Amino acid sequence: MEGIGLTHFLVVGLVVFALGLYTVLTRRNAIGILMGIELILNAANINYVAFGRYAGVAADGQVFAIFVIMLAAAEAVIGLAVVLGIYQNFESIDVEATDALRY
Amino acid sequence: MSLSVALFYAFAAFTVVTAAGVAFSRNIVYSAFSLMGTLFGVAALYVFLAADFVAAAQVLVYIGGILVLILFAVMLTHRIADVQVSNRSVGRLPALVLVAGVALVMGRAVLRTAWPVAPALAEAPSTYAVGNQLLGPYVLPFELASFVLLSVLVGAIVVSRKELRSGRD
Repeated sequence: MEGIGLTHFLVVGLVVFALGLYTVLTRRNAIGILMGIELILNAANINYVAFGRYAGVAADGQVFAIFVIMLAAAEAVIGLAVVLGIYQNFESIDVEATDALRY
Repeated sequence: MSLSVALFYAFAAFTVVTAAGVAFSRNIVYSAFSLMGTLFGVAALYVFLAADFVAAAQVLVYIGGILVLILFAVMLTHRIADVQVSNRSVGRLPALVLVAGVALVMGRAVLRTAWPVAPALAEAPSTYAVGNQLLGPYVLPFELASFVLLSVLVGAIVVSRKELRSGRD
């Protein structure tokens, strides 16, 4: 694939990361914030796999990407369980409404 | 421009556009479905990087698992028709400035650095190498991953169950 280099993938990763950061910063919905985190993790994964491919080391980048995917699944499960728990107590998942540790 | 290059640009544009949909959509259900597009686009980019196993894992775990979970959470928690409640976003301008600054610095780093690029490896199936790495040098993190998943399984049940204390009822 001539013409497509490491920089192309890094730029895609950078744009996805920036959009994910914007999502995390502006959303007030806890699930929206989790979606932003997923975007950021995907951007990091693109970088891992791209660096691994272009650095010539066989599969290290891909192994790291697999671990990141696993941790993202774990994070989403726990995060959404917490969100549902918050919703049961506060009737809302707006992060500005849920400012009390005890209800 | 060969077909593969054109396809790369198409998938990259698809990824970026759907990611923008996640960030800017006014309805959280649309955000969730945009996220599905982003995850598919990233899986396609993995294929361009000759990472077939990671691409398959991305589709199975992210789209089959995480995205379905997110959609469940959206449907369970919301008066989803109400746009203002479902996907309010605040502080757009300061966030935009901050993100633009971060992206500028990172973009300069990406574009100015002369990344050392090794000659590209042959595009072989990656499962053999990934399996060897997972059960060789990375066997300890691999085992820890199973422990993490077990504790997440238990933890999610503990967090989300209803409290039933004997004294209360």
